[in-house]
Amino acid sequence: MASIDSGGDGGSHKKGPGVKKAKKLSTRVDMTPMVDLGFLLITFFIFTTTMSSPTTMDLFMPKDTDKEEEQNKVKKSGALTIMLGKDDQVYYYEEKLKPDASNFLSTTFNGIRKIISNKKKEVIGNHIHDSKCPEVWQKHNGDKTYCLDTDLVIIIKPDTGATFKNTVDILDEMTINEIKRFAMVDLFADEIKLIKATEESAGIK
Amino acid sequence: MPNVKIPRKSTDTDMTPFVDVAFLILTFFIMATKFKPAEPVEIKTPNSVSTKALPENDAILVTLDSSGRVFFSMLAEKDPQQKMQVIKNLNETRKLGLTETEMLRFVQTHAVGVPFNSLKQFLSIPVDDQKSIRQPGIPLDSLGGELTYWIRDAVSAFYGKKVNYMVKGDNNAKYPSFKMVLGAFKKNDIFKFNIITMLEDAPDGTPLAESRKMAKNK
Repeated sequence: MASIDSGGDGGSHKKGPGVKKAKKLSTRVDMTPMVDLGFLLITFFIFTTTMSSPTTMDLFMPKDTDKEEEQNKVKKSGALTIMLGKDDQVYYYEEKLKPDASNFLSTTFNGIRKIISNKKKEVIGNHIHDSKCPEVWQKHNGDKTYCLDTDLVIIIKPDTGATFKNTVDILDEMTINEIKRFAMVDLFADEIKLIKATEESAGIK
Repeated sequence: MPNVKIPRKSTDTDMTPFVDVAFLILTFFIMATKFKPAEPVEIKTPNSVSTKALPENDAILVTLDSSGRVFFSMLAEKDPQQKMQVIKNLNETRKLGLTETEMLRFVQTHAVGVPFNSLKQFLSIPVDDQKSIRQPGIPLDSLGGELTYWIRDAVSAFYGKKVNYMVKGDNNAKYPSFKMVLGAFKKNDIFKFNIITMLEDAPDGTPLAESRKMAKNK
């Protein structure tokens, strides 16, 4: 057994001729199997560990209501409607959709950020002094990014062809651009027609 | 010429430091690992810049897979009695005819994705074997479908607690099925959700990246 050998009897104490000297046992233990097992376990844990922990994203939905006084009004000048189509396509128009659909434009998820931030800048630029604003700024420790963009409302309308990823991406875009007012609603019939027509002409199936 | 003797060196190396490091790493991984509960389907969640951590208790989790199947789970590890209450309630109101063992099995099951009429059959299978069965998903329609009843009973079982309503969706799940899930929550007058995502950094030069930088420097 791997008992510790003190090796103390090698001195003056002499033994008789018939007494054999006890063999010195090495204190070294072969560690190879232990190391093998250790690395096996390491490999196992490396493979099973998921390092990045999931996070959650808040989403607030409005209550469906038919009563006019409960519905939120959107100022025409500050409205941007974003529609999500098939194949990661994004369609948008500012203000109101024109009858000839000339302001119905298409872009991708890479392009939409620029459009949102431009719209935000435009709305802030058009802001007319509001006497309520200083009060809001005071509430937010003098942060003047608030209140100026109250007119800005982004309306998100995912089509049936949009994926869950598209939906989350566009909601994320709201966080990235710090849009405070946005809503997710259903498409109008003429918008569905327009998306269909655009998809057909672009060859998206 | 004198013979130059090269002393034979032992091939034995001292492995102790090596072993020390190996076991240090091993300990780290053991500590850092948290085993995921068995899920009926693999879900690839989208990325977002959101940094909020995931709640682990008192939550209702609705899973949406890429083919639009919906699964319902309750995160109630602290108090499994809450899950028992849900299944008892459903058993009575929906006349499922479950036995006591089948109800206990529900408490151990992580996610359920079968219609009410085949729930008894699903719960008659031991928990370990449930994985091998392809669950069809909870039926949904534009008004919420059966998921509405699951949510309603879970909400009443969590009564008096702050409940998180989590939606975990696959990248390729279609929007209409997500909308139907939201519809089921809305029918229960729930309007605040948590969508489970993976963390990604805010892109440079955007307002969010700027304000996060500012908050860091403060």
